[in-house]
Amino acid sequence: MKQATRWFSKNLIRIYAALGFTYLFIPVLYTFAFSFNDYRKSNLAWRGFTLNNWKNPCGAPDICNALGNSLKIGVIATTIATILGTLIALALGRYAFKGRSFVNLLIFLPMATPELVLGASLLTMFLNFGFNPGFLTIVIAHVMFCISFVVVTVKARIASLDPRLEQAAMDLYADERETFRRVTLPLLAPGIAGAALLAFSLSFDDFIITNFNSGNVNTFPKFVYISAERGLPAQANVIGSSMFFIALVIVLLGQVVQRKRKVS
Amino acid sequence: MAFLHAAAKHGSSETKKRSWLPYLLLLPGLVWLFFFFLLPILTLVSTSTKTPGLGIGEFDQTYRFANYWDAIVNSRAQFLRSFEYAGIATVLALAIAYPLAYAIAFKSGRWKNVLLVLVVAPFFTSFILRTIAWKQILGTSGFVNRALIDLHIIGPQTHLTASAFAVVMGLTYNFLPFMTLPLYSSLERIDPRTIEASGDLYANAITTFRKVTLPLSAPGVVAGTLLTFIPAAGDFVNAEILGNPNTKMIGNVINARYLQIVDYPTAAALSFTLMFVILIMVTLYIRKAGTEELV
Repeated sequence: MKQATRWFSKNLIRIYAALGFTYLFIPVLYTFAFSFNDYRKSNLAWRGFTLNNWKNPCGAPDICNALGNSLKIGVIATTIATILGTLIALALGRYAFKGRSFVNLLIFLPMATPELVLGASLLTMFLNFGFNPGFLTIVIAHVMFCISFVVVTVKARIASLDPRLEQAAMDLYADERETFRRVTLPLLAPGIAGAALLAFSLSFDDFIITNFNSGNVNTFPKFVYISAERGLPAQANVIGSSMFFIALVIVLLGQVVQRKRKVS
Repeated sequence: MAFLHAAAKHGSSETKKRSWLPYLLLLPGLVWLFFFFLLPILTLVSTSTKTPGLGIGEFDQTYRFANYWDAIVNSRAQFLRSFEYAGIATVLALAIAYPLAYAIAFKSGRWKNVLLVLVVAPFFTSFILRTIAWKQILGTSGFVNRALIDLHIIGPQTHLTASAFAVVMGLTYNFLPFMTLPLYSSLERIDPRTIEASGDLYANAITTFRKVTLPLSAPGVVAGTLLTFIPAAGDFVNAEILGNPNTKMIGNVINARYLQIVDYPTAAALSFTLMFVILIMVTLYIRKAGTEELV
């Protein structure tokens, strides 16, 4: 008994963390379980096990079109936001210049503004200029709210770099450009990859800003939101679950590759 | 890097070129933020004082600042409720995320990166899908609800959804990763030897936590609480899916004014008020927490 209490108090934090992860994953597991439901019209009550939804993930009208849009928007917005954000992070992390606090403020403000306000204000502007919302406006909006998160992530990585590594490269007669290409950039790569992953997940999962600026274009979260009123098809669970597993596998593979590279 | 700055003043052509470099790096991103963040906010402010024109969805600029008064008076309850729910959700998220981030930073060994990814991974299932899942789980036939009825904790026929409890739980749940990640990154920077040293100096676990770990992780606490409170205060999806008409938040009002009632001036006035109140709260909070750098 005494041993049990000691084990318990020693592992208290681990137990607590396990509970935290359980909380985080209960709805994910629920979504996965109900992707096998033999549903009719709405996927609310359990009616029996079937693989049909997984065999036919595009079975619900427009669902794969919406998913395709979300993926396209995610890739385009992530690419642009990662480039723009990394450049800003380099300027902030590597150079002294006038107007620095203004730049910091401009990066911070979009994060301190509720998504609803970001979405509503963009729509107001697009409407004022007679610009019809659609695919392009979604991409514009996603890049806008992702930039700040990229800057913060990459900047943290730059701050943790040892400046002596770059100095060493210079001492070995590498010019500034070569030092950047062969020392700084490879050292920053994990931070940039992390920022891109964060940007993609924010873009892929965004509903509020997208809903304002999408016009007739459908995205996956918008599809889920709209069809929830009439009854959600289990195909949405199939796609939600597969995206979760695909993301997990990609990141884990990346981890393995990185670890192997470190060993060799 | 201050030397670059100093050298630029001497004005050789080489260093002059370099002093332009940071601005060149900043330019594309800042232009984007100017046109698609600042300019829209200014448009929003200008729309907020307009009055309805002849056609539907047409508005004339009449500088009617009373729009703000009307909007705030009519939606006072929803405003206060938003800040109340967001505040509770932020405290709960901090209580759940701190041990989680601590365990990932110090107790997870080689699993650290995997666990970190698991914190973000639920994003890919789509947050609307997960919120709908909570509605089902907490609903009358959901397993949580049924277990509570079987244990006689709640009466038969009652359900946990369509309540303030469900909305706050949903907010806590949905913004948990935004709390966990900044906490983790500030905890991870703490040298474990600092914590050991505190133990060597005869501080017990609680004193060590209070005097060493917590102060060192303060930037993470500030960033995490902001990244949770701000989106939670402006959210309408949780209140819509998990709430009832008496749990409507300011987000629900703004959303309806914009997209259903097409009353842009009121929606704009409410949006700007929300942004303004949040910015004041954030500024006071950051001052109090003593964080110099904003990002």
